[in-house]
Amino acid sequence: MSCVQTIMDYGLRSLGVGERLLPRSDFTLCQQFTLIGSGLIWNVYFGVIALAAGFFLATALALGKGARPALIRKPSEWFIFVFRGSPLFIQFFFAYFLFLSLKSVHPVFDPFSSAWAGALVVLFFNTAAYSAEIFHGALKSIPRGDVEAADAYGMAGWPRFRRIIWPTMLRLAWPGYTNEAIFLFHATTLVFFSGFPAQGQKGDALYYARYFADQTFNPFISYPILAFYFILLTLAIIGLFGLVNRRLNRHLPPEQRRKIRLRPNLIR
Amino acid sequence: MFSFCTDPATLSDLPWMACYLTTGKHLNFYAAFGTVLLLLAITAPAALAFGFAGAAAARSRFAPLSLLGKTYIAIVRGVPDIAFFLFFVIALDQGIEYLKHQWVCPDWDQPIRQGNDFIVCQAAKVPLGNAAQWVHKTYSFFVAAFTFAIVFGAFAANVLYGAMRAVPRAQLETAEAYGMTHRQTFWRITVPQMWVYALPGLSNLWMVLIKSTPLLFLLGVEDIVYWARELGGSKTPRFTDYPHGDWRMWYFLVLLVFYLAFTRVSEVVLDRIMARLTLGQATTGGDAQRRVQA
Repeated sequence: MSCVQTIMDYGLRSLGVGERLLPRSDFTLCQQFTLIGSGLIWNVYFGVIALAAGFFLATALALGKGARPALIRKPSEWFIFVFRGSPLFIQFFFAYFLFLSLKSVHPVFDPFSSAWAGALVVLFFNTAAYSAEIFHGALKSIPRGDVEAADAYGMAGWPRFRRIIWPTMLRLAWPGYTNEAIFLFHATTLVFFSGFPAQGQKGDALYYARYFADQTFNPFISYPILAFYFILLTLAIIGLFGLVNRRLNRHLPPEQRRKIRLRPNLIR
Repeated sequence: MFSFCTDPATLSDLPWMACYLTTGKHLNFYAAFGTVLLLLAITAPAALAFGFAGAAAARSRFAPLSLLGKTYIAIVRGVPDIAFFLFFVIALDQGIEYLKHQWVCPDWDQPIRQGNDFIVCQAAKVPLGNAAQWVHKTYSFFVAAFTFAIVFGAFAANVLYGAMRAVPRAQLETAEAYGMTHRQTFWRITVPQMWVYALPGLSNLWMVLIKSTPLLFLLGVEDIVYWARELGGSKTPRFTDYPHGDWRMWYFLVLLVFYLAFTRVSEVVLDRIMARLTLGQATTGGDAQRRVQA
């Protein structure tokens, strides 16, 4: 079977398109690359949507944590503490079984017991909590002069926030936020190992990598392929976030710009 | 456990719960919390040792050793850790069996990798096929602990490497001016002073280590996640004296609270240690402490 044929058969296998049965024996490199790559679709799906939605919740939470009234501050602090203080793995398990029990209460919760919605909600809350902490730190380190200048121009409330505080916060937080994005994508590999079932063997990249490793008792091929894909993904994120970083810093002289530096790996 | 537990079906709610929570399996579940703590107690110092060795190697002036240290630090980053865990456990397992195989069965003529199978002679199995159950369990626990130590050692190496470079240059120059050798400077000046720079990174790492202990479950150890799934699943009266519905949600809620409490306590303790270490240091933290006292 040629490689093109394999890609036709298995390229979208993780979405349930193409050949139904996974290869059973005589695994070729092409099959492994295709299936693991096909699983990567799920990692990108979880990562992109959770990150995009989490960004807004994170901004709200960061402002909430910095707010004076306890009625706003306390819930934000607790939200951040709960999601940053416990393992993502346990959060997945808990959420899965919670959604399973809620399913019998009301059919609204039906989709949440499958990964595409349930795990997405957990990842969304999780990344929102981690990003909120980064944003909160940035919010606290906005130069006083910037805010005073805004006051001097007669800006207050929403215009001051939108034109001065928010862009500065983003600029200061961006290197940290880039790392958060990278590790969120890494964290998406946990989804199918934590309760959420991979129905019809439609799983993510790690799911297929493990499938091959289990079938062949040989971890030395499929996991390096997975690593290869994730390094590509990481490079793509760094490139994309680097562009945004350049735009956020465009008014500054080059030596004052904040560089994105890769930080050591983090498990949630 | 209790004397009134002989016929659970007749009990009212509270005694039923008391009996239910003290069944043999539940005691195993509580013991699994001990496993987690034991893992942390073994892994944390081991990872620190690996990290120290890695950082010292990366700083070495002997190029191959420095390259080795830097590769070790670099390799574990950039790849999702969970993939590394899954990979490393099989690789370590097969590596040990392969070496033992070369040692005990030198005249084995078949290839070790036959298509999809990894085959070594019976005498080279680790642990041996006829070994007791507890040997298998202990072995898999230590493989897991070793894996944790390797992975977290790389993170710790990165932190310590940075901390060693953060020790003020003037301190090292003074040591040189006193005629200390490279080795003496390292052990007497760099190492004692690096901890205050390393502690924020290391405490972060400790939090991450706590939160990564549920991965034990993936490595085939019967840990708290395993027992929570096992005990929480719905039970019918046919198979148990304590039938109940699907309680897994509550079991995982308990785990969630356990981890939250654990990280909270660690946070408080680490803040205390940091306050102690910065006492009298020439850092902004030390300055802030002096200002409060004044």
